Amino acid sequence: MFEPEGRFFLRIDWTLLLLVGSIIGLGLMNLHSASANVNTPMFTQQVYWIFLGGSAFFITATIDYRVYNRIAYFIYIMGILALALVLIIGKVTHGSRRWLNIGPIGIQPSELMKIAVILAMAHHIDASPPKTEEGRTMAELMPPAFLVFIPFLLILIQPDLGTGLIILLVFFSIMFLLKLRIRSLLTLISSAAILMPLIWTFVLQGYQKKRILVFLDPSSDPTGEGWHIRQSIFAIGSGKFFGKGYMRGTQSQFHFLPAQWSDFPFSVWSEEWGFLGSLVILGLYLVLIMWAIRLATITRDRFASVICIGVGAMFFWHTIINLGMIMGLLPIVGVTLPLFSHGGSSMLTFMIGAGLLMSVSARRQY
Amino acid sequence: MSRLFSNDDSEFAKKYRTATAFVIICFLILAGRLVQLQIVYGNEYRELSKYNFLHRRTEEAPRGIMYDRNGKILAKNTVSYNVFIIPQFFKKDAFEFLQGLIELSRTEIDYIRQKIMLAEGKKRTFSLLGLRDIPKEWAMILESNRDRLPGLEIVPMEKRFYPQSMLASHALGFMGEVTAEDKKRYPEYNYRDQDWRGKYGLEFKLENYLRGKRGFIWRVTDSKGRPQHSREAARWLPRPWKKDPVPGHNVYLTLDFNLQTIVERAMAKHISGAAVMVDVRTGRILAYSSKPAYDPNELTGRLSPTRASELYSSPLHPMLDKVIQGTYFPGSTYKIIPAIAAYEEKLIDFNEYHLCKGFYEYGRNSSFSCTHSHGLINLESSIVASCNVFYFMLSERVGMDRMARYARLVGFGAPTGLGLNYEKSGFIPTKQWYAQKFQEGFRIGHTLNSAIGQGNVKSTVLQLAMAYAAIANRGILLEPQIIEQITTWNGDLVQGFKPKVRRRLGFKDETYDFLIRSLAGVVDDSRGTAYKERVPGLKVAGKTGTAQVRGMKKDGSDAKESKWKFQDHAWFAGFAPYDNPEVVVVVLVEHGGFAAKAAVPVVMKIFEGYFAEKKNKGGK
Repeated sequence: MFEPEGRFFLRIDWTLLLLVGSIIGLGLMNLHSASANVNTPMFTQQVYWIFLGGSAFFITATIDYRVYNRIAYFIYIMGILALALVLIIGKVTHGSRRWLNIGPIGIQPSELMKIAVILAMAHHIDASPPKTEEGRTMAELMPPAFLVFIPFLLILIQPDLGTGLIILLVFFSIMFLLKLRIRSLLTLISSAAILMPLIWTFVLQGYQKKRILVFLDPSSDPTGEGWHIRQSIFAIGSGKFFGKGYMRGTQSQFHFLPAQWSDFPFSVWSEEWGFLGSLVILGLYLVLIMWAIRLATITRDRFASVICIGVGAMFFWHTIINLGMIMGLLPIVGVTLPLFSHGGSSMLTFMIGAGLLMSVSARRQY
Repeated sequence: MSRLFSNDDSEFAKKYRTATAFVIICFLILAGRLVQLQIVYGNEYRELSKYNFLHRRTEEAPRGIMYDRNGKILAKNTVSYNVFIIPQFFKKDAFEFLQGLIELSRTEIDYIRQKIMLAEGKKRTFSLLGLRDIPKEWAMILESNRDRLPGLEIVPMEKRFYPQSMLASHALGFMGEVTAEDKKRYPEYNYRDQDWRGKYGLEFKLENYLRGKRGFIWRVTDSKGRPQHSREAARWLPRPWKKDPVPGHNVYLTLDFNLQTIVERAMAKHISGAAVMVDVRTGRILAYSSKPAYDPNELTGRLSPTRASELYSSPLHPMLDKVIQGTYFPGSTYKIIPAIAAYEEKLIDFNEYHLCKGFYEYGRNSSFSCTHSHGLINLESSIVASCNVFYFMLSERVGMDRMARYARLVGFGAPTGLGLNYEKSGFIPTKQWYAQKFQEGFRIGHTLNSAIGQGNVKSTVLQLAMAYAAIANRGILLEPQIIEQITTWNGDLVQGFKPKVRRRLGFKDETYDFLIRSLAGVVDDSRGTAYKERVPGLKVAGKTGTAQVRGMKKDGSDAKESKWKFQDHAWFAGFAPYDNPEVVVVVLVEHGGFAAKAAVPVVMKIFEGYFAEKKNKGGK
């Protein structure tokens, strides 16, 4: 089941490790500034989570990814059970039921569910190659769609629109990269188009619709939701080319940024480090995502490919949605910035994701 | 590339290029956005972020205090409770709850609603003044229901307060909210929307002095408005970061609280009229009363629309300053003018007697009546007994224009120069005026009417007082003064006001002798019109006047109230003591009827009070 250890350690993917380490390090440094005037143990918490996440990364990376292929459905079912459990005994915060308390720490199963969904889809796709040369038919796409739909529904009930959206986007990303019949592809695109108004009508809560409307016309609500975005844009813009200096961002130090630790850490960074610093972070994410795509192409294992695409898509959509949101390009959705935001569940999820990439990278066959 | 996409046989291979391109495009969009925000508009956003946390708080300057000449406070500042509303948090149910708590008028509710609507799009922390100067009980009710009124704040603010209430209220004036017009007209004061300014009386006239200079203080605050004091925060403060407010100047008036009280008590039983007391040696006004008075505290606060219309439309005109804004027929008090003119021009001497049969005939079949048949009358006794017939005769001899010239000389027909409340000029007619004004032109009858202060002669109460003061002080027409000095808030003199001579009349000594003698006779002589109301020991000289308002209806069918309206105005203009005059007092009792009955007792009470007060003071 395990490969010889010596071989594994010789094949460490240093690029991946460096990328992940850099983002975590800069994120921690940024959190130190963002939480400087707040009397909470946020920084210490984050350090614990980084250690916890680091362990998860190490364990995930050490285990041969093929093992996951075998236990994918088991993990998936455990995830579904956890989601169900949240709905029954979960802790309610800010009007939604997302947290499960395990001893002293609370985790969000919906975050970890992303990994479970990726594994389950990878397993299914690996197990069922396209039946014809033209590509997969719509019928062949139904089982993976089903695999996504159940957790998606459970997460929407919580409700946690951000995570639900990410799972959906990861699903579509993987589907898009499969070998599809043209007709399937068109159906996939049109079903996404049909889903949107349905989501608008049946899924979105009043405040979420408002956020989208405010996004389309920020002046319609300059004091409420629009205010958050305006403050974030002020923060980023006022950083100018070189930034205001570390720990000197007025928008963050005087608390004009809402939830500046989890959703808006990049605004803090951007204000203090300016355009130059922002490009550095942007570059790290870009290279990381490209690295995941590269891994997907060079591995000969379909299961590994889907995992790399899934994890890459998860990083990509989180990054794009979070940054797009804080720059005022997308509506407000509570989506974290991978490895950079404050938060245990998010850290754990992305560390496991990165661990999966590492596991694939370490064992790829040329 | 070939290595990157080496796995060509994989199911995914063909779409990697598309996926990679998509990822790169998305990141380019984000980078482009960063260029736009941080480089293209960086400077603008830097400014906007400063605007966020830098707050300039205005420090309002207290308004100057008004004192009487002995340092008694007539106008000061006090705390009023004002309701501020933060529309962001003040929601519909809170508004409804508020209306259930306190009784708001329709106008107030609409006002708040409108202001909330206008506030849309303002800053998150924007608060507006919803209700001004609410009663203290309301403030307490609202404060105790705070939890159910989110977004509502009670803010104590400075408000003008007149501790003596109605006392001398027309002189003091009142304050009002700054209008758009005020802002345009007085740009130098930098008024703001919720400012108040003097609207009437001395508050209006002395706005420039009473109003202080507001200061400011810059503060760095966080998003919740909490001030930040760290060194890092101080780095962002502009220079200078603070300017202290300068309180307005204090004003000492010439008014004397005690004398003012005496005058107002003496006037107490009359509902409408005016009284003024002026020092004949300096022209300083010691008491200034117009009735009915208004309460400036009522006007400088929450004035309900009903009460406002009551005040402004009352037939008794409480909002009119009857000392200088009202003009009246002076009646017989005006007889000194033809008397002076005739004596100065040597048109008559004391030996010339005329018989008054109770009427005066002129022309073919016109006659003017007298109060009664006075018998033989000369220049002196004509003043004492106030014989109209004698003045009809005399005015024909003096002539309209010569009479007008003397009237002007002693200050009629032009503002006295007090410079308060849009002072009226009164009116002194001339032949030319009649020729232009009337189709039938000037007639002798006009002259006769003018001689007894009727027809078209109009005077203000203060004009009459200054004219009699000029007689009492033997020829100096003074400018009336109501401000003694202006000092800074900490007592440094800004401006003192010395007595000001308008002109010297230059009459013969004998003219003043005879005038003072005859005016003293009005009170002391048994034939005098004020004799019956005299107070022994008071050396009062003066002249009564009963000015016809208009002909009373013959049938007497008018209701009581309108009957009152047709009654004559009662006047008395006098000074004391006549051997060494100190003060002149003019009293007008509107529709008081016969002067001796209505006005003279008031004046006597005032002089009694004046001398008692003087003795009191001297005793100390």
